[in-house]
Amino acid sequence: MSVKGAQTQSAPLRSWDWKAWRIAVRLNGTIRPAGTDALGVVMRFSGWRVLREGLSGNRGWGPHWRDPDPKAEYDAVIIGGGGHGLATAYYLAKDHGMTNIAVLERGYLGGGNVGRNTTIVRANYYLPGNSEFYSHSLKLWEGLEQDLNYNAMMSQRGILNVFHNDAQRDAAVRRANAIINQGDDAEILTRAQLRDMVPQLNYDGNRFPIQGALLQRRAGTARHDAVAWGFARAADLRGVDLIQNCEVTGIRTEGGRVTGVETGRGTIRAKTVAMAAAGRSSQVAALAGLTLPIESYVLQAFVTEGLKPIIDHVITFAEGHLYISQSDKGGLVFGSYLDLYASYAARGNLPMVEHTMEACMAMMPAIGKAKLLRGWGGIMDMTPDGSPIIDRTPIEGLYLNAGWCYGGFKATPASGQCYAHLIATGRPHDAAAGFRLDRFETGRGLMDEEATGAQHNLH
Amino acid sequence: MRISGWGQSGEAREVGFTFNGQALRGRDGEPLAAALLANGIHLVGRSFKYHRPRGILTAGSEEPNALVTLGEGAQQEPNVRATTLPLFEGLSARSQNCWPSVGFDVMALNDLAAPFLGAGFYYKTFMWPAEFWERLYEPLIRRAAGLGALSGAPDDAAYEKAFGFCDLLVVGAGPAGLMAALTAARAGLDVILCDEDVTPGGRLQSERDTIADAPAQAWIDATVAELDSCDNVRRMARTTVTGVYDQGTYAALEMVPQSSGRAGRACFWRLMAKRAILATGALERPIAFANNDRPGIMMAGAVRSYLNRWGVAPGERVSVFANNDHAHRTARDLVAAGVHVAAVIDSRHDAPQSDLFRVIRGATVCNASGRRRLESITLRSVGGEEKLQTDCLAMSGGWNPTLHLTCHLNARPRWRRDLACFIPEPDAVPGLDPAGACRGRFSTAQALQDGADAALRALKALGKSAGPADVPKAEADSYGIQPLWSVPGRGRAWVDFQNDVTVKDICQSAAENFRSVEHMKRYTTQGMATDQGKSSNVVALAVLAEATDRSIAETGTTTFRPPFVPVALGAMGAGATGMGFAPRRMLSSHQVAEERGATMMEVGLWYRASYFPKPGETSWRQSCDREVGYVRNAVGIADVSTLGKIDIQGPDAARLLEYVYVNRFSKLAPGRVRYGLMLREDGFVMDDGTTACLGENHYVMTTTTAAAGQAMAHLEFVTQVLQPQWNVRISSVTEQWAQFSIAGPKARALLQDLAGAGFVPSDWPFMSCGQLQLGDVMARLFRISFSGEEAYELAVPSRYGESLFRLLLERAEAVGGGPYGLEALNVLRLEKGFLTHAEINGTASLHDLGLEEMMNPDAPCVGQVMAGREGLVARDRMRLVGIRPTDPGERLSAGAHLFDPDDSVERKNDQGYVTSVGHSPTLGHMIGLALIKSGPDRIGDPIRMVDHTAGLDVICDIVEPVFFDPEGERARG
Amino acid sequence: MRITCPLCGERDRREFTYRGAALDAPAADDGAEAWHSHVHLRQNPAGPLEEWWHHQQGCGSWIRVRRDTVSHVMLASALAKPEDADGGSA
Repeated sequence: MSVKGAQTQSAPLRSWDWKAWRIAVRLNGTIRPAGTDALGVVMRFSGWRVLREGLSGNRGWGPHWRDPDPKAEYDAVIIGGGGHGLATAYYLAKDHGMTNIAVLERGYLGGGNVGRNTTIVRANYYLPGNSEFYSHSLKLWEGLEQDLNYNAMMSQRGILNVFHNDAQRDAAVRRANAIINQGDDAEILTRAQLRDMVPQLNYDGNRFPIQGALLQRRAGTARHDAVAWGFARAADLRGVDLIQNCEVTGIRTEGGRVTGVETGRGTIRAKTVAMAAAGRSSQVAALAGLTLPIESYVLQAFVTEGLKPIIDHVITFAEGHLYISQSDKGGLVFGSYLDLYASYAARGNLPMVEHTMEACMAMMPAIGKAKLLRGWGGIMDMTPDGSPIIDRTPIEGLYLNAGWCYGGFKATPASGQCYAHLIATGRPHDAAAGFRLDRFETGRGLMDEEATGAQHNLH
Repeated sequence: MRISGWGQSGEAREVGFTFNGQALRGRDGEPLAAALLANGIHLVGRSFKYHRPRGILTAGSEEPNALVTLGEGAQQEPNVRATTLPLFEGLSARSQNCWPSVGFDVMALNDLAAPFLGAGFYYKTFMWPAEFWERLYEPLIRRAAGLGALSGAPDDAAYEKAFGFCDLLVVGAGPAGLMAALTAARAGLDVILCDEDVTPGGRLQSERDTIADAPAQAWIDATVAELDSCDNVRRMARTTVTGVYDQGTYAALEMVPQSSGRAGRACFWRLMAKRAILATGALERPIAFANNDRPGIMMAGAVRSYLNRWGVAPGERVSVFANNDHAHRTARDLVAAGVHVAAVIDSRHDAPQSDLFRVIRGATVCNASGRRRLESITLRSVGGEEKLQTDCLAMSGGWNPTLHLTCHLNARPRWRRDLACFIPEPDAVPGLDPAGACRGRFSTAQALQDGADAALRALKALGKSAGPADVPKAEADSYGIQPLWSVPGRGRAWVDFQNDVTVKDICQSAAENFRSVEHMKRYTTQGMATDQGKSSNVVALAVLAEATDRSIAETGTTTFRPPFVPVALGAMGAGATGMGFAPRRMLSSHQVAEERGATMMEVGLWYRASYFPKPGETSWRQSCDREVGYVRNAVGIADVSTLGKIDIQGPDAARLLEYVYVNRFSKLAPGRVRYGLMLREDGFVMDDGTTACLGENHYVMTTTTAAAGQAMAHLEFVTQVLQPQWNVRISSVTEQWAQFSIAGPKARALLQDLAGAGFVPSDWPFMSCGQLQLGDVMARLFRISFSGEEAYELAVPSRYGESLFRLLLERAEAVGGGPYGLEALNVLRLEKGFLTHAEINGTASLHDLGLEEMMNPDAPCVGQVMAGREGLVARDRMRLVGIRPTDPGERLSAGAHLFDPDDSVERKNDQGYVTSVGHSPTLGHMIGLALIKSGPDRIGDPIRMVDHTAGLDVICDIVEPVFFDPEGERARG
Repeated sequence: MRITCPLCGERDRREFTYRGAALDAPAADDGAEAWHSHVHLRQNPAGPLEEWWHHQQGCGSWIRVRRDTVSHVMLASALAKPEDADGGSA
């Protein structure tokens, strides 16, 4: 057996090895404070930093957050380490100076709906209550990355709500006027204007002809995971304890007020307990004996293989309820209706999968050769009127943030800020004053945006 | 390099094809990848992020590298795997994600910048200034990212969908699947056998195994012949089961690829199976070492596939790098085919030796060089490092059971340390039984036995008995794996080839505390590429486990989502392009309306005439005004058959009506009609309509077009669930009756003319109903009005609808009337303040619509208690009024919002909005209905209407919502 | 997803529409609180749930289905109005 060119070299200088990495990981995870470099200096992210680290072997990056053990007592604990829980922690620390707090997450941070949605950010609601809240949220989104020092890839590429008939156009006009009256941007595009902007839709021979669209230019998308991580890192830097793999198994109360929680990692005392566990709100609330006006449904989402740019906006269609955009990686990200039966399965069934693909083919047959790569499901807290709840509960010190239906992602910063405001001051934030728990009982201030009825299973 | 006389697929005819414009020859039907390798082409594509040159890694649907674009124009198809694309005459493929060419790609600069582009770099930069993201950074990133491109033209490929049903679905036609299908078929089960490959046999086609002491192919042929002769077996080749859903529902994609002289097609199947057997085999996984992504480095099993199946040797000096016995077959088969084997490098110190080739034990490959094609590898052993010239490296890090489908219902697989792989839990999917290599039974003998056993279990579960299966003798070689995931060393070692995720990225992610496997995947994008991590997931998990000092079982499990392979949206959405998206409901008058040039509009699924233009009319307004004039001055005819019609019969029919309507119905006498309103359970208005009493215990209810289905379901719920003891039956008769409105001062004359002596006007007071003989047809006549004129609705069985409509038009036109469409109908009802779903908008209460007086407090009805909630009866709710422009020349607009004239136009001052508007030719100005806070208390006040989108800012008067004939004299006539 | 209609047998989920939890309705003269609870509040279990399905595209039956909301396993199904099983009137 001839081996040409065989040569023996001395053992190479290794740029990394397992032992060194393990030590580094352990150091980063435990001893070294999160978000600091080897010298303990707070590590701000920047292009400069990326360059410097790149030149020195990328060995200076510290952990995004610590993994502390839970303390016996906090001023407040937040149940749920999703987008809203992490944002709440961040704003409690930032706006109200509350840093002796913990976020308890049953699995991993950002593992719920913040990492399972179709990443759309918009402020095009029209009913009082929702209108001011989502408007406030969009404003927070616009400065979020600089605030968090984290690139969440907020992309204000514009959302187009396509309408197909006169009744839908009238509704779009009503909505556009409400948005403008709120102080946000909205335009009604004619069919010709829409066609100039998005030529690849099916304008000719569509079962439901395209008549025009409502455009909000400031709307767009954001990288969903990065939102969770950005809030987590920023909260951790301010001293918040983010505790993963810590399931809350009980809520302790005494004489009508909350005293703490039981967890898989022991009892934690706290006079303030804030639920932010959308998708599992009913189960968490049941720990305190509360029954909520919530049913859980699965909403599926889909992504195709990566493709060169073909869709530059977020586009939604009134017929078929399809919504679609293209991620920066090139995948088409889309979805349509709920699966329309109660479910905690985080996966769906074929009828809605097929409906969604059919809607794609009806509205945009140019994407027929795009291939579906992956579909998944998120569990939606559905309230009777399709709008959320940020409120106190009958138990003193126990707060509720729930019922986000399928509007939770775009709400993330405002939900966190308004919830933090309620928790810290005892008063609702002006932008979220409409999200009352008692609106179903009184019938006052219902926010049924889809006007399908303020009772379950109609949204 | 093609090896003459080698290869089990036989010698197919030669065809010509092009790759990147180069004319080449290959064998008809072989995979494009085999043809490229036969032509000595290894450089096929570029990676996603670093644009690294890439070759062919695998021989199956798991291929991450060799993706190409096919065709031009509307036929252009991106991201096609060269490893599964059958060659045909004239095929034209090209590399993608590279410019100007796959050999010289400008974006490969990214590779030089790799130190700055590690895991998650983009989260840490591009933040300043904020507006640069949309203007600069994002467009650059979007252009660089993505793989292939769509053409932008509508996809005109042939797709269809189908349903299939069976007792037993067998997924995979390898040794386990064939044996299972055979056993079940012999016992009489209805079997569907799906396999993603063109020909059955699975990996047996790539190996030189014997079964029952003969070449395996003989057993495959005999088995398939028997299966094909069974009426109870449907064998589906080129059919990939892509997803698992509830209650034994499986999705499958059947592909008929383009071939010489025939366009490609695809069918998306929904298979319903009482039981299923998963026999999907296993996929080989790579080993991470520096520069293991060089073109020419392939999976060892793939090298055997190209050699043994297609007669193509991927190199002239091939080396093998492995940690298990199976991979040694690659060297054995190459030598047998006369290909030079440079060495087998095996990380195990006790690896088997061979007389046929050099085995270097206890050694690893730690680097590879050759940018566009592998030139040499560096191996490391106790003796130091050694460089070895080789143009193809066959690597094997062991096999991962293809258990993807068992994860689709959220089950997690279990780690088997002894086999260094995940295997599915037995009950991962109810009714789905894994067999063979997909549960770690890797030898052919084990696979055959396991397939037979699984079939026997299925038979038992379905209540059939069968004797023991006759399982032939086969290879039972040892696997002998010792885990080796990555080789330490300088340089980047690839884990996820397509997405450019390296060992360093995973370690960095761990160092940044993305230690959960889900965090690692999301942070590095490992497993997110078009292969969904088929070859990378387990290696990545192992690297993460090692980096975080945990066992693989502790670190987590890998999971998979449907579909198993990417599926064209066109296939899953087959039939929905153009008119196919929803059914089209046509009225019996549809053709007549079209003959008259009517503009049609969609109302739900229905098509209705919007207006009937006449010569000389230049706008819809002219037509509409004229049609309104027919009704106000002569007689107009409209098809109103889209209204829901529900026949209600039985002794408790009146009780039912009284229970679903808010108002009194128990006293409605035969021959009389009453308007009714129904509420949802939450107390808001669901729908309105009229109900006619046709006789004792016999009613026909009408609903609005929009709520027809909802109202029917509601009545069924009431009669079956809420009040099952009532003796009443309901039936939808919407489709059975064609119904026409005959409205206007000359309506009575028209009916007299039509029915002759059968119609005595004095017998038909306002809100009466009954039968009317029209020739040989017994019609129903209702004296009801949605226009405020004397009006009748005449209903006949649908088959007479068209001729009646023609007759009515003829008679109407003879007296100066004619047909009217939805536009005129809307103006007529607006003038009278009648409601449609623009006002009954789902959020309106009785009180909002000014109808609270209708509620009969003495009889319980659906929604009654909830309708009384304080929030639904508050005076300051938005409530119905009319508006008209103070200056009659001004326009109104639906969707405009309303403000007090002194207030600023902003949300906090919002007083309500305009629900409907129309131009009243009768009054000579526009009129509208609006929902305004405390509306009825503000009659006579001015209000400011603002529509930003139309540039309207108009002062209006708030008025009563009835603009015309408020006393209703004309309708009663 | 497949649902068993007691009259028609196992059918595709596409033939059915869903209403949600099968709850006993309060009496018409029960107070607002009882109705609020009935219309809005839900146990919403992650596990077996009694629920109403309507065989809307089939025989029109309302069916009480017991189904696991986590696994989607169908545990039981029965007609809301069992006397309809005979095809006879009440």
